[in-house]
Amino acid sequence: MKLRIPMKPAARRWLMLSPALGVIGVLFVGGLALAAAQSFGYFAPTGENAFTLRHYAALSDDREVYASLWLTLKLATLATVISAICALALALGLREFARRSRAVNMLLQIPLSVPHLAMAGALITVIAPSGLLARAAYVIGLIRQPADFPALINDRYGAGILLAYVLKETPFIALMTLALLARLGDEYEQAARVLGASAWQRFRHVTLPLVAPAVVSSSLIVFAFIFGAFETPFILGRPYPAMLSVVAQQRYLDVNLAARPGAIALAVISALLTAALAWAYLRLTRAFIGLERPFIL
Amino acid sequence: MAALLAIGGLAAIPLILLALRSLAQAWYWPALSPPAWSVRAWRYIFSGAADVLPALGASSVIALTVTLLAVAVALPAARVLAWQEFRGKHAALFALLAPALTPPLAATMGAHALFLRYGLTDTTLGVVLIHLISAVPYATLMLTGSFSRLDPDYEAQARTLGARAFDVWLRVTFPAIAPGLAVAASFAFLISWSQYLTTLLIGGGRILTLPLILVGFQRGGDEAIAAALSLVFLAPAAIVAFSVARFLKEGK
Repeated sequence: MKLRIPMKPAARRWLMLSPALGVIGVLFVGGLALAAAQSFGYFAPTGENAFTLRHYAALSDDREVYASLWLTLKLATLATVISAICALALALGLREFARRSRAVNMLLQIPLSVPHLAMAGALITVIAPSGLLARAAYVIGLIRQPADFPALINDRYGAGILLAYVLKETPFIALMTLALLARLGDEYEQAARVLGASAWQRFRHVTLPLVAPAVVSSSLIVFAFIFGAFETPFILGRPYPAMLSVVAQQRYLDVNLAARPGAIALAVISALLTAALAWAYLRLTRAFIGLERPFIL
Repeated sequence: MAALLAIGGLAAIPLILLALRSLAQAWYWPALSPPAWSVRAWRYIFSGAADVLPALGASSVIALTVTLLAVAVALPAARVLAWQEFRGKHAALFALLAPALTPPLAATMGAHALFLRYGLTDTTLGVVLIHLISAVPYATLMLTGSFSRLDPDYEAQARTLGARAFDVWLRVTFPAIAPGLAVAASFAFLISWSQYLTTLLIGGGRILTLPLILVGFQRGGDEAIAAALSLVFLAPAAIVAFSVARFLKEGK
């Protein structure tokens, strides 16, 4: 539209796509390619420049990596499932209000816009060993000193991390679900009710399948995000076991530059796993709704 | 009703907690409420002693630049993706979607090596570029959704009626995609605003943005300052998200 030069439609279309694809191509694909190259032994900071699999081999021998992978998978899955269930309940509960008022939408936006670092900070105030919850427990007489309070941050299970993600991601999934519910209307459920279906039957056989695309696809986004995220586990977690991105970062910034390729290998694995998820997300949304574009639009 | 209380709480409680913590003085164990109030933390933040004001400036400049660039780049791409079917479209969509979902860490590490070669590390430009990796995909996807809700025939009609290309853009296209544009821009802004690790890696600790300063205080131990800084950090984000939500005429 902005060019007066006559050109073939195909040429113009790729020309218009080229800035975006160029940015992604150079920075993301290029970055990933360089990272992969470094993980395979090229451009090493130590000067070596030859193909090797030893960085990946070293990872497979590394207990910290396995612990980290396991923790990351556990936390991401748990956080996603809990968020999805809470979000579904929230969305269904808010459905009526959302229909009548925009305030619901705006209220949900607030926790969404609170950056993860700020949320983590707010959470520390509550669940730290000397935080508000602990002090309440003291006042009631449950504990005598901060050390008696169960560790919720910097703990082995990542409880604080889990909580932080549930608080942040539930509104997101709820918002996506509400958007779908608004578009669907309640005709199907009405029809089911007229036909004599009970509330549970309506939920199980009409509502649930109808909202599934929104819940499932936004859950995939959430899972992928948590899997590779850094900030929250960095603030609320402990050095061992740490989530994947934290371990990768620790090793990358290690004084010993020879550790760098190993760190990059770890990051590459993480990226590949989430790229696989992105692919699954695309296939899933196409299968579910038969649309040619991702559901998030 | 319970659901309303839940989201009300979810929205308000973190903010209230941070505000309380930032104004509380000597709020040691086991006091449930602060024994005294003080604006020490706030005064410190806005004094020259902390690096807060320069960091605020840096964050703003970077985020605004990222927003402008991301939207500029996303607009033409979104037009094509929304309105045209062509071979390679799915590949293009996947190419744009993957960076949105993939953690930027691996790409950042690789880009770091690239930036080192071209002197982009420890520079604002480098940080802007690295933020684009995450911002461009989201902006493009949002705008594609916007364009796909607009019928391309409107533009064609306007042109057959004699309007020049620029007028078509101003009077027909832009108003129609304005809500989506606002959402895309706000997403790009928020993404850049909250970046920590990418800024740290590429900026090398020389480019100090607000998240970097915040983490310093969170790990450093002055909780009141960290709380106040958290509020400063999240205020623009909340404002941007809020105004966009209000600006939108329909849900989503």
